[in-house]
Amino acid sequence: MSVFNQSRGGVIQIGFGLVFFIIIGQLINLQVFSTKYKLAAENNAIYRKVVYPDRGIIYDRHRKSILENTEMYDLVVIPVEARGVDTMGLCKLLEIDTIEFKKRLKDIAFKNGSVRPSVFEPLLSPEMFARLNENIYRFNGFSLNERSARIYPYNTAANILGYIAEVDSSFLRKHKDEGYETGDYAGMTGLERYYEKILMGRRGVKRFVRDNKGRIQDPLDNGKYDTTAVAGKNLHLNLDVELQQLGEKLMTNKVGSIVAIDPRTGGILCMVSAPTYNPNYLTGNQRRKHYGELALDPRLPLLNRTVSTKYSPGSTFKTLVGIAGLSEGVINESSRIGCSGAFYGCGNGKPKCLDPGYFNLREAIAHSCNTYFATVFKRILDQPQYGGADSGLKKFNTYAASFGLGKRLGVDVPSEKNGNLPTSPFYRKIFGRKWNSCNIISNSIGQGEVQTTIVQLANVMATIANKGYYYTPHLVDSIEGGDENHLLDSFKIKHVIKGVPDSVYEDVQNGMQAVMEFGTGAEAKVPGIVVCGKTGTVQNSAKVNGVMTKQKDHAFFGAFAPRDNPRIAIAMICENAGFGAASSAPIASLLIEKYLKDSIVGKERNARVVELTNKNLIPPLMKAALARMDSIRMVKLGLLQPKEVEPEDSIEEEVKIDSSASGGGSLIEEKEAPPVPKKQPQKPAPSNRSSAILPDNRKPKPVKKNVQ
Amino acid sequence: MADTIRRNDKKMAQGVDWVIVWLYALLVGVGIMCIFMVEYKPGVNIASSFLSGKTNYSKQLMFTSISVVLAMFILLADSKLFTAFANLLYAFGILLMLATFVLGKNINGSRSWISLGGGFNLQPAELCKIFTSLALAKYLSRQETDFSKLQSQIIGAIIALSPAVLSILQNETGLALVYFSFFVVMYREGLPPGLLVIGFSFGVLVIATLIVEPNILAVILTLIAGATIYFTKKARKRNKNLLVTIITVWVVCVGVQRFAVPYLFDNVFQCYQSTRIFSMVGKDYDCSQNKSAQKRIVDKEKAAKKPDDYNVRQSKIAIGSGGLIGRGFLKGTQTRGKYVPEQHTDFIFTSLGEAFGLAGCVAFLGVYLFLLIRIINTAEKQRSVFSRVYAYSVACILFFHITVNVCMTIGLFPIIGITLPFISYGGSSLLGFTILLFILLRLDADRNMVLR
Repeated sequence: MSVFNQSRGGVIQIGFGLVFFIIIGQLINLQVFSTKYKLAAENNAIYRKVVYPDRGIIYDRHRKSILENTEMYDLVVIPVEARGVDTMGLCKLLEIDTIEFKKRLKDIAFKNGSVRPSVFEPLLSPEMFARLNENIYRFNGFSLNERSARIYPYNTAANILGYIAEVDSSFLRKHKDEGYETGDYAGMTGLERYYEKILMGRRGVKRFVRDNKGRIQDPLDNGKYDTTAVAGKNLHLNLDVELQQLGEKLMTNKVGSIVAIDPRTGGILCMVSAPTYNPNYLTGNQRRKHYGELALDPRLPLLNRTVSTKYSPGSTFKTLVGIAGLSEGVINESSRIGCSGAFYGCGNGKPKCLDPGYFNLREAIAHSCNTYFATVFKRILDQPQYGGADSGLKKFNTYAASFGLGKRLGVDVPSEKNGNLPTSPFYRKIFGRKWNSCNIISNSIGQGEVQTTIVQLANVMATIANKGYYYTPHLVDSIEGGDENHLLDSFKIKHVIKGVPDSVYEDVQNGMQAVMEFGTGAEAKVPGIVVCGKTGTVQNSAKVNGVMTKQKDHAFFGAFAPRDNPRIAIAMICENAGFGAASSAPIASLLIEKYLKDSIVGKERNARVVELTNKNLIPPLMKAALARMDSIRMVKLGLLQPKEVEPEDSIEEEVKIDSSASGGGSLIEEKEAPPVPKKQPQKPAPSNRSSAILPDNRKPKPVKKNVQ
Repeated sequence: MADTIRRNDKKMAQGVDWVIVWLYALLVGVGIMCIFMVEYKPGVNIASSFLSGKTNYSKQLMFTSISVVLAMFILLADSKLFTAFANLLYAFGILLMLATFVLGKNINGSRSWISLGGGFNLQPAELCKIFTSLALAKYLSRQETDFSKLQSQIIGAIIALSPAVLSILQNETGLALVYFSFFVVMYREGLPPGLLVIGFSFGVLVIATLIVEPNILAVILTLIAGATIYFTKKARKRNKNLLVTIITVWVVCVGVQRFAVPYLFDNVFQCYQSTRIFSMVGKDYDCSQNKSAQKRIVDKEKAAKKPDDYNVRQSKIAIGSGGLIGRGFLKGTQTRGKYVPEQHTDFIFTSLGEAFGLAGCVAFLGVYLFLLIRIINTAEKQRSVFSRVYAYSVACILFFHITVNVCMTIGLFPIIGITLPFISYGGSSLLGFTILLFILLRLDADRNMVLR
């Protein structure tokens, strides 16, 4: 039409161009300059899935697997798909009621959304799994998901192997930089804890694309950025599982511990802490049922007494006093010291002596003569060249320390205690500047402030057996695929005792052999094997209702065998079992026989096994505590009248009494009690609780593998 | 017989602008690729799913074949047909739109669809764009029309806006806005530029109302008016009416700002529409003031929903995560995770932005701009007014669709249901734009004929 309008075509074109220019400006702003959209896209759409590797397997010295993995199953539900499912039928199979069913489903939908799979019932028992597996096709939206769980095929060495558990917030805080996340499982005690880094393996991460409802679609970029999970490394132990089992069997209904070491390598052959528990009780879905019960048990089954409990070593300590005396030259092998029934070197007739006589070192060890060793100890401390008990004690302590006492040995299980080797500053505080050897004379017979753990005592036996050297006792012999973290390096260092000539060990070994031939340990002879041993009987007392009351003696025994080329060194204690030769020595002798001969030979010896197994040596204080706990429970269940129990009896109090009761010596016992949950289990079954954890009552749990 | 076919072939190909045809093919191809990206699931046999007719991309492929057939028919038709039937078609379109009120099917909250059976639905407003273009072209090309007269301008506006009014009544505000693009066409044909300036100023005023505190804006407007009065002292002496005009404009502006806009948002728009517009300028809209929302609460229907800019947010995330060169074909996590709602239709641009980044977007928009400029150049080449007006209509409709749709996905425009021409999934949209474009090609092929 009109010509002037033609220019308007150009205006329109410029207008179009301008608008496109603005659009491109905004695109540059969005796509190039703002980074928040990329980040938001990542958060939106990428799902990191952690792939858990299998934990490492633990083998004993004969390559028997004593801790391995098994497949367990979780029942998993996707709530939206589970609508209209046969609720009654499923509830029947799961043994829950429909109200519980609906509640769980509601909780899941609330917590995790209703389109994502969530665990409905974790870690099904094998029977439950079998039942569900046959019927799962009937229940839309439900499926069975495999997951790995720990299993202990020999039901043994619970305290040593330890257990894994879901990490809690305090664990996460403590191990902040180690990459744990809520929901992870980690080793909590025992080898599972100590070798966690090696057993856990390396987790893999898979990245998935997630849709707008949180459903997983498929791998991001075909898994280009994924890392694969690396299985945990297997551990090979020095432990002999049969020896361990025999040890646990013999310690049935007793409180105490046994440690046996191969003196040549320092490898721990067995490590029994009694009472123990069935380790399978703390795996999978069993854990919920049993943990509270175990944690509250007054016998402290979760405590590893071999490393975490300190005892006065008693007469077993005399071997060390003898070695120090000989090395210092205050006696020689033929020095004789008379004993008239007590030690009068300090004028008060203490300690007393059981067998009067005129003994040389060999006889003194054989008869465990208190006077003899008190004299030797006094002589060491009062040596004129040291000019006082202060320096004398220091000298004596260097001997004791070189044998591994007074400090942690570095055993590869957690919560090892250091024992106690009292020093002169400590005594100066108690007795003042001018203290003398008589103040601490009870140390000479292992009764004073000296405290050791059983593993330290076993190490002393191994050192005497080796005539002057030891390797740090350790459970793990080798790590499959190499020890990259250098965890085993310290076990390859030979600790040599200086300043003690071989002849000294010969003399002490003579005495220890005599113990087994005609001395205090004569009852514990092993047919055909030359055993060197030393018994110990330790007085102890416990606070009962606030009053220190003398308790039955602790029974100690330390030994090694055979005398030439020793292959086993052993130390053990039976708490409150009386004379050391009556319980501890025979048990140790059976273990030595089992290890050296591979089996217990002969009717009489096997009868001994049965006899010792059946002996109930549970300390009376613990029995009382157990009985009280039972009656409190009975009251709670309404089976007894409340008036039959005193109202002020609380369980916490009982546990306290117990922990002091098992202490030795006059010092306050330190003990690491397992964490006690604040809440008590609501309704434990009253029928079998008092004996549920003991080895004699353990029923081997049927473990079905590959149920499918 | 063979002779006839050859003649037809010749006739069909003769004078057709093949560049536009290739651009069309390219865009439709990109469209199918985008829909494929949105719907892609790994592990599905691509060949069979393309032919199955069950997925959206295979349906789009089917729509494309129908479009191609239709395009061929249009190219074979006589140009005179379009001028002859322009008014009739317009009347038919209006009738269809009226029919929706009776036969209408409610899809996504608007009763603007007519069910054709077999799962296919027709949106008459989509077709009506073509008919309106034809009718406007017909009206302006009449010899007796003098577009410099106000009367003709008003008639033109009525032709353009009647379908818009019907569309608003169908609750399809987005499509109604398209019809305002005809004002650009009319501007080319002689509409005074002042009208567009006034329209633009009005738009600025509305946006200012949303952004600026009402009292401050009123003060600003008053200051501008005062300044104008002061600086036009001499002019006012010559023209006494000027003062009255300025004061009237000031009153209208303040009135719009204080009363009209709040009234519009609170009483005319739905709550979600007001929210979208406010969220575009980065503000929250209080739905409790919205009459329709209040009414809903009174009616004990669903309570007014919390304002949510989920769509725009996800759309911006998708485009923004593309970066400079994009995440690659089928690698966009936002697209794969179906985070962007309606991604295969209104938000199809996001899949492109995520997969191919800024480079892809600029190239893609370049293709569009090239097409638009080519159409305008084609329009200016026309000897007949009918063809020119029609060509401008096509350019303006396409431009409006493209810019509004893209601006919507990058947060420059409130969300209204506007498709991206040739790209978005949907038979109505693709067929509509194909017909629109190919009528232009047919007319252009006969540009030496004088059509009225």
